Amino acid sequence: MKIEAGHSPTSPVSIHDLTVAYHRKPVLWDVDLDIPEGKLIAIVGPNGAGKSTLIKAVMDLVPKASGKVMIYGKSFKKQRKLVAYVPQRESVDWDFPIDALGVVVMGRYNKIGWCKSVRKRDTQAAMEALDRVGMTDYAHRQISQLSGGQQQRVFLARALAQDSTIYFMDEPFASVDAATEKAIVKVLRDLRSSGKTVVVVHHDLQTVREYFDHVILLNMRVVAHGPVDEVFTDANLKKTYGGRLTLLSEAADRLARH
Amino acid sequence: MMWSEIDTWIIVIGALCAAGCAIPGTILVLRRMSLMGDAISHTVLPGIAIAFLVTGSRDPMAMLIGAVVVGLLTAFLVQAIQSLGKVEVGASMGIVFTVLFAFGLVLMRQAVDHVDIDPDCVLYGSIELAWFDQDPDGLGIPRGAIVNGVMLLANLIVMLLFYKEFKITSFDPALAKSQGIHPSFMHYLLMTMTAATAVAAFETVGSILVVAMFIVPPATAYLLTNRYGMMFILAIGLSILAAALGHVSAITVPTWFGFSGTSTAGAMAVATGFLFICAWVASPSQGVLAKLWHRASMRLRVIREDILGVLWRLEERGQQQLDALQLSEAIGATRWMVLVALRGLQKKDSIAREDAHWSLTERGRIRATKLVRAHRLWEIYLDKHFPQDSHQLHQSAERLEHVTTPSMYSSLGDAKEDPHGSRVPGDE
Repeated sequence: MKIEAGHSPTSPVSIHDLTVAYHRKPVLWDVDLDIPEGKLIAIVGPNGAGKSTLIKAVMDLVPKASGKVMIYGKSFKKQRKLVAYVPQRESVDWDFPIDALGVVVMGRYNKIGWCKSVRKRDTQAAMEALDRVGMTDYAHRQISQLSGGQQQRVFLARALAQDSTIYFMDEPFASVDAATEKAIVKVLRDLRSSGKTVVVVHHDLQTVREYFDHVILLNMRVVAHGPVDEVFTDANLKKTYGGRLTLLSEAADRLARH
Repeated sequence: MMWSEIDTWIIVIGALCAAGCAIPGTILVLRRMSLMGDAISHTVLPGIAIAFLVTGSRDPMAMLIGAVVVGLLTAFLVQAIQSLGKVEVGASMGIVFTVLFAFGLVLMRQAVDHVDIDPDCVLYGSIELAWFDQDPDGLGIPRGAIVNGVMLLANLIVMLLFYKEFKITSFDPALAKSQGIHPSFMHYLLMTMTAATAVAAFETVGSILVVAMFIVPPATAYLLTNRYGMMFILAIGLSILAAALGHVSAITVPTWFGFSGTSTAGAMAVATGFLFICAWVASPSQGVLAKLWHRASMRLRVIREDILGVLWRLEERGQQQLDALQLSEAIGATRWMVLVALRGLQKKDSIAREDAHWSLTERGRIRATKLVRAHRLWEIYLDKHFPQDSHQLHQSAERLEHVTTPSMYSSLGDAKEDPHGSRVPGDE
C-alpha cells in the first residue's frame, strides 16, 4: 500500500521523512505518516523493526538523522505538555526508594515547573489516576513490592496524571496478568471516548483487531498503515514479518560499516 | 582520654565534611553511578595542582574552579570514551580517572617546589591540624569548618531546589526528557556538586578517603529506608555519626592496645564501614537478622500448621494422640522447633495436653479443618490440571496449604472427596 500523507496541521502527530540511525546504522528509514486523531493506534512489527525508536524519535528522546515531526502542526518542544509517555517497564530501576504514588506524581512535574514543590492538587490528580487503574490500595506501597502487572498499571496511571492529548505507550501489555490487561484496555477505551489519541507499541498480533482502530505495520519502513480492517491483512503481515526486507537490512549493515 | 576544644572542632569539621558529601553521594548511589564519585574525587587533584601552579597560592576560589573544570571534564570524558571506545562504563572510568589522577600527582610534585603544599596531606587530609588553620578575624572558627560548612549549605540548597528534578531524572530519564527536564543537565549539575564537594573535603579527609564519605553513608541509608527523602536525612545523620565515632575511636581504640592515636580521617572512613555493617546486619527490612527472623517465623508457622493437620488426621482415623517426640517424627522437624510450636499453639488455645499427649481444642479443630480442606482441595486442583502420581500430589499440596490466601481459598471451589478418596471436610 502506498502511503499518501497529506501532512495536515491538524494531525496530532505528523511525521515527515523521518530517518533514525544508531552508530550510523539506520533503524528507521524515511518514515512518513500522519497519525489520525482520537483513535487507538497500534505500532506492530518484528523485533528490531524500530517500533520503540519511532515513538522515541517523535518525543526527541533519540536524535533524528533527518526528517521532522510535528505535533498539531508545531514542534514537539512547543507541545510537550500535550504528550504523555509510558516507557517500557524494564527501562527503570524498580528498587528506587519511592512508592507508587510518588511515581504517579512524576507525571505532574511538567505542570508544576522547575524547582517548585508538589502541590496538593497534584497529589490528588495522582490519586485519581491510581484509582482509574484500580491501584488505590497500593498507593503507598514501595514499587519493588508490586507485581509486574501492578508496576505497569502504575506507569499507566502516571501517564493519565499527565492529563495530555496524545499518549505514547511502549509495550504496555508486555508480560502482564489478565487483570492488568483488562484494566489497560479499559483505560485505552476511556481515553478514546474522551477524544485522546493513543499510540501503542504492540507485540501481540492476536489482539490487534480487538483492541485497536488503526495499525502501523513497521519494519524499518512503514509497510502499511490505516484502519485495522483494511490494513491488518495476511498479505501485509507477511510483508512486515517476511523475508523481503533482508536486502534492506543488509544494506543498512553496510551503511554502518562505511 | 584527654578531650579538648581541638577534638570538638575535629568532629565538627569531619561532620560538616561528611554531611556535605552525603548529599551528592545519595544521588550518585541512587543513579547507580557511585564510582563516578570516586573518579571525580581523584581527578580534582590535577585541577587543584593546576590552580596552584597558575596562581602560585592556595586561593580557595581558584582551587574550586580548577577542580570543578577538571571534574566536569572527567564526567564528559567518561561518557565520550564509553560511547566512542565501545567499552563499558567501568573501563572508561578507569581510563579517565587513573590517567588524570596520575597527571595530578606529577603536577603536584612540580607544585611542591613552588607552593607550600604537602602531597601526603592532599591524599590523606589533615583534619588533626585543621583547628590551627584559622583566619585572624575568624572568631576562633577554623577555616576547614567554614569551607565545609559553606559547601554543606550550598549542597543542601541545590538539593532542595532541584529535589524533584533529581528524583525524576534518576528514576526515569526518558520521562524526564520528554517533559523537558534534561537528564544531561541534571547529570552535569550533579557532577559539579560532586567536584566542588570533593575539593572542599580534600583538605579534611584527603582525596582518597572522600569517596568513603560520598558512598558509604548513602549506601547504608539505602539499606534502612525505601523513601527518597528519608534517604537524604539518614545519609546525613549517618555521616555525622560516623565522623564523631571515627574521631573518638581514633584517639581511644589504639590506646587500649598500647599504641598512640591513629589517623582520624582514616578512622572516620572505617566508621562509615562499621555503620554499614551494622545496617546490613540489623536493617529492619533488608538486614540479615530480619531475614533470618522472617525465615524462622515462617518455618515455625509451617510446623504449627503441620501439627494441627497431623492431630486432625489422627482424630479423623480415630487413632491415639501423639506426644511431642512422636509429633516431631511425624512432621520431620527437630524436637526443639516442635516444642516451640506447641507452646505457641497452646497459647492460642488451639491444642490441649492430656498427660504427655496433645489433642485439638474446639478452636484448633476449626483451624485444622480449614487447613486440611485446603490441602485436599489443592490435591483435587493439581490432579485436575497437572496429573501426577498420588505421592507427588500430597507433597505439593503439603507446601501449598501453607500459602493459601483467602481469595485462593475461595477460588479452590468445593468437592466431597480428594483423589485419594479421603473426605474433604466442610468449610465451617
